[in-house]
Amino acid sequence: MPHMSMIEAIRDAMDVKMSQDASVLTFGEDVGYFGGVFRCTAGLQEKHGLHRCFDTPISEGGIVGIAIGMAANGLRPVAEIQFADYIYPGYDQIASEAARLRYRSNGDFICPLTIRTPVGGGIFGGPTHSQSPEALFTHIAGLKTVIPSNPYDAKGLLIAAIESDDPVLFLEPKRLYNGPFDGDHESPSVSWKGHALGDVPSGHYTVELGKARHVSEGPDVTIIAYGTMVWVAEAVAANLGIKADILDLRSLVPLDLDAIETSVKKTGRCVILHEATRTSGFGAELMSQVQERCFYHLEAPIRRVTGWDTPYPHAQEWAYFPGQKRVTAAVREVLEAA
Amino acid sequence: MATPKSNQSRMYVPEPPFRPGDTPDYSHISVPTDHTPHRPDPMCDDHETVEHALKLIRVMRFNGETAGEWVPGLTPDVKRKMLKDMMLTRAMDDRMFAMQRQGKMSFYMKSRGEEAVSVGHAYALSDQDMVFPTYRQQGILIARGASMLEMMNQCLSNSGDPLQGKNIPVLYSFRKHGFFSISGNLGTQLIQAVGWGMAEAYKNEDGIASAFTGEGATAEGDFHYALNFASTYRAPCIINVVNNQWAISSFQGIAMGDGESFAARGTGYGLATLRVDGNDILAVYAATQWAAERARQGGGATVIEHFTYRAEGHSTSDDPSKYRPANESEVWPFGDPVERLKTHLVKIGEWDDEQHEAFAKEAKLFVRETYKQAEALGTVEHGPQLDDFTMFEQVYADPPELLLEQKEMFRKELG
Repeated sequence: MPHMSMIEAIRDAMDVKMSQDASVLTFGEDVGYFGGVFRCTAGLQEKHGLHRCFDTPISEGGIVGIAIGMAANGLRPVAEIQFADYIYPGYDQIASEAARLRYRSNGDFICPLTIRTPVGGGIFGGPTHSQSPEALFTHIAGLKTVIPSNPYDAKGLLIAAIESDDPVLFLEPKRLYNGPFDGDHESPSVSWKGHALGDVPSGHYTVELGKARHVSEGPDVTIIAYGTMVWVAEAVAANLGIKADILDLRSLVPLDLDAIETSVKKTGRCVILHEATRTSGFGAELMSQVQERCFYHLEAPIRRVTGWDTPYPHAQEWAYFPGQKRVTAAVREVLEAA
Repeated sequence: MATPKSNQSRMYVPEPPFRPGDTPDYSHISVPTDHTPHRPDPMCDDHETVEHALKLIRVMRFNGETAGEWVPGLTPDVKRKMLKDMMLTRAMDDRMFAMQRQGKMSFYMKSRGEEAVSVGHAYALSDQDMVFPTYRQQGILIARGASMLEMMNQCLSNSGDPLQGKNIPVLYSFRKHGFFSISGNLGTQLIQAVGWGMAEAYKNEDGIASAFTGEGATAEGDFHYALNFASTYRAPCIINVVNNQWAISSFQGIAMGDGESFAARGTGYGLATLRVDGNDILAVYAATQWAAERARQGGGATVIEHFTYRAEGHSTSDDPSKYRPANESEVWPFGDPVERLKTHLVKIGEWDDEQHEAFAKEAKLFVRETYKQAEALGTVEHGPQLDDFTMFEQVYADPPELLLEQKEMFRKELG
């Protein structure tokens, strides 16, 4: 089985679908000849042709807009937004149009498009290259929001997203593009090579949208995470020497409520992690769901660990990032509650 | 800092030439009489249409004669049918407006004064072409033979509503008639139409996309995205700007400032541009036919400005007498589109006053009878009504568990 980085897995997912299905094409800023600023689409134009993988004007509203028209006309476009921070000019097209087209036309028109975009910190991108805007999208009825934490899932989830008849926002944690994250900011990046989750089957397979991955099983505490934060959760559990039930949500909409409920009822303790800004973040929704479903099983208040309510700073990137120290404190607090 | 009075400030805010109480006078709008704009080959270089962004394509003189290079070769039968479709559109609008006033529906939007734009445009397109309309192109549906009963059912959100009550009145979706689902967010459909056209080209199919916006929403970024992408990818599409002079209460100058024309906005993007008398249905037809041929042959997109006048309020929620002279529409120098075509047909001996009166009655009767059928299927207030649970359908292809849970919560709420 080939080893792949997340970038290679994402590219492979597009390659597999483009080879199988002429209705799949991909486009975005610098996506074509150059292959994307993160190289996610490298080689796709050469292999599939200029009209299957092409560059667009710098216009996120335009990119999403044409993708909607194409999707309504029977294609399955995969549009790339170069950084999630740039998605706002396309927000109206995503939230008001792509997400609602099926509903407002009562199924007369559908919108099977996928929007890929890198999220999160890890490259010292400051306030314009590091945001995690997922909560702005999970609030939108009609849209699915997916975020992988490893190459295996990234490929399977992206193929499932492309095959979905619903519009999907596919968020790619750029900290994980080239290798796993040991949760320590000082550590150099390492390759996915040799990591089990970097073993990516060739050809077609899917990872179902809406099914969480059980990263580890244990009775002590439930840690709910997604994207880069899954790796922080693992590192914290290992360093504390606890047996944690760690859930990697993989998709926020649809959400794997059964996995969350079963786990929290088992452990009675819950910590929720995300990199995004705290107030009205997706963690607030997760806390509500846990409170509504598991209140009588809880042995400690639910805690969430997040980024701060500031734009993502440049020099203070790792002070903003909810790293091991912040997560460890929260997990300890929840474990020590009577 | 003291707030400067408007006449003391150096900041400029455009204002319409007259307001309620003024005597409207459109003498500042020149009405071309020579019918001269040249009709270039549809595959011409875009620069050959620069002058067409400023002039006005007209076919019918006010006395009913036709003149110039743009006179389309339409048979009297087709022209009569165009007239009837305009009259039917107007009759439906009048009926629905009255019914809204009687509380039968929440809202309605008439297209009076603009019927030639939608009907004339529809006649020049093919069945495989997708129109991305706004809320004032109901004439396209009438011209394409959509069921008026279904249209009315949509407006009433009744048990026969094809959209099952999901959308407000007039925001139709009729894929079977090449009529894209209308959005209430203005301008968004323009760039989607470009994507639709790109997909047609990608699939090597002959269809084109034709998108509409009012002049007001040309200020939206989406208009500029659409022009730019249409130019970049030579998308087979038409971008129609219906300049009806008024965006709710803001006159056209608020969207454009001192720009030369809305059509001229296409010039800088390298697109073909045409400006047409939108109250002259034969001119609308001719311009559309030219643009459609250009798009189909790979010549790319055309921006067409339909210069017309919104003869009534923006919607049933609007009172135009609050911001413009009450008789403004009567002095609009390009006349009424229905009267214009009628005059032409009478002039060529293919129509007369008796036929006109008879069809006006027939249209009114048809609309009344159709409305009765629609009302029998319910109104938004009176049954038979839609099942409330349909609101949970078509949110997703496969609904998430949370949504299904909420559906059950609602079931419990009903007891």
